[in-house]
Amino acid sequence: MTLYFLCFVLFCVGLFCVVRKRNIIKIIIGLGIIEYAINLFLVLIGYRMQGRAPIMSEGREILNMVDPLPQAMVLTTIVIGLAGIIVAVSLAVRIYEKYGTFDITKIRRLRG
Amino acid sequence: MMHSTTFRIIYFVFFPLAAAFLIALFGRRIKYFGEAITSLVALILCVNSFSVLNLVQHQKMLLFRVGGWGSALGITLVADGLSSLMLVIVNLISFLVMIYSVTYIKKYTDRWKFQALLMLMLTGMNGVIISGDLFNLYVFLEVASISAYVLVAFGIEPEDLEASFKYAIMGIIASIFILLGIGLLYSYTSTLNMTDVSLVLFSHPAGILTGFISVLFIVGFGLKAAIVPFHSWLPDAHSCAPSPVSAMLSGLLIKTLGIYALARVLFNILGTSTQLLSVLMILGVISMLTGAFLAVAQNDIKRMFAYSSISQIGYIVFALGIGTPLAILGGIFYLVNHAFSKSLLFLNAGAIEHSCSSRDLRKLGGLNDKMPVTGATSLIGAMSISGIPPFGGFWAKLTIIIAAVQAGHVVFAAIAVLVSILTLVYYLKFQTLTFFGKLNNALSDVKEAPLFMKISGIILSIICILAGLLLLPAFKPFLQQAADALLIG
Repeated sequence: MTLYFLCFVLFCVGLFCVVRKRNIIKIIIGLGIIEYAINLFLVLIGYRMQGRAPIMSEGREILNMVDPLPQAMVLTTIVIGLAGIIVAVSLAVRIYEKYGTFDITKIRRLRG
Repeated sequence: MMHSTTFRIIYFVFFPLAAAFLIALFGRRIKYFGEAITSLVALILCVNSFSVLNLVQHQKMLLFRVGGWGSALGITLVADGLSSLMLVIVNLISFLVMIYSVTYIKKYTDRWKFQALLMLMLTGMNGVIISGDLFNLYVFLEVASISAYVLVAFGIEPEDLEASFKYAIMGIIASIFILLGIGLLYSYTSTLNMTDVSLVLFSHPAGILTGFISVLFIVGFGLKAAIVPFHSWLPDAHSCAPSPVSAMLSGLLIKTLGIYALARVLFNILGTSTQLLSVLMILGVISMLTGAFLAVAQNDIKRMFAYSSISQIGYIVFALGIGTPLAILGGIFYLVNHAFSKSLLFLNAGAIEHSCSSRDLRKLGGLNDKMPVTGATSLIGAMSISGIPPFGGFWAKLTIIIAAVQAGHVVFAAIAVLVSILTLVYYLKFQTLTFFGKLNNALSDVKEAPLFMKISGIILSIICILAGLLLLPAFKPFLQQAADALLIG
């Protein structure tokens, strides 16, 4: 239960970072933190106390194993998250070229 | 025999994905390779979607198991009434957008990147529609979203980058909420297959957890669909993107990633409750009002259309929120109409921008003599969307309003009528300031849009006129099956 709570705290830290920070790079770091929190949550879903790897072998019966599916999901979400972060970072680089700042309060040409 | 007919569902993902890959490999070296292959693939998919629609009419549901694994282990692709209708809309409009973009994107460098991204976006949308398990829905949703973020920034003007960054941050947060919901559902049901999840939830009701997951999904998909408290990215992103992309985003992306996925998850998997439906209904009404009031004040054509999209999405969400069979039928009917008319209008906005190099309503005027085809097709699109009687938009809005009155929501029905009048106001403003009146002197040497742009506009406007016929008894089964897919599951 403590682990789930800490995972939730990590999620909130990331969300705070995205919502409150003004620097584009810090916002992107916040997104990264949120993604870690979600990945951790998915791994925790599949975790079983004292469980072992779910590998079948002859003559051995596995009584207590961790759920492998969330782990496969986490691998996929890591890759997807990476793609999203890469897009955001490359946009940040371009924005810095055009506006000369990372401050989102100064990047406001669109209105209305 | 069964195998060969259901196999064609996978084409919807395979062909555009392969095309994106091939364009990335050869697009730079071979001239017109990208143009040829995108149009060809979109045409094949368009034909294929009609044949799937036809098959679903007879067999009720097509199910394909990738690699022959069972439904608990493998990936299942499903096409039922609603998804086959969505497939037709998505692939038909994409085909017309591909034709249109052949001429339109000549002003950009690195055209092959544009085409590869457009194909990836199509892959994502088709995948969302046909995927039969929740995690694949998430993966395809991300494929479509990430290519959409990049496409919005394709012009790399400062405004484009700003809009794209806003869209990307909001979109990534939306995806995270959706993933959290999927994770919670998996932890409760131990399966990701949509049918199995709904069966487990039916036999072991999850109580408050279902409500929490529903809220996560409403926030996540609501962000993707730009329902009002979550709409702030849409006017920027949809007005800054290149026009073919705006047409895809406004006509298709917010509907497949937002409305379709939300309806699928809420109606088919989680099951609806009265509280949830009233939340949807109120969100819909707020979206309708906010979008319409903000659209009236706009002077940029594409920005006005983008706000109009928020308002029309509100109609669809409102109809889903009423929840009666007639309302859901009306909602789906409106979705079809709005997809066609809004992509037509965005394509025409692109044609105006292409010819006059401006999309500010204050600088345009009297274009009807110079651009007769664009003017006529815009008029048809605008009349369809604002609900003038012979067009599809009118019948769809009428169905929704009748359903609202029948369900006892008279006040909301009145608001829907009011918003419909407001819609007419701002589309009249668009028509008057752009096409009617005196020609602006600066625009005296404007030429009509090029051939390919006109073709897509003409075809879309014909579809807009014919879309009203979908309510006739001969075509109603298509809509009815789509509505049944949501109601019965």
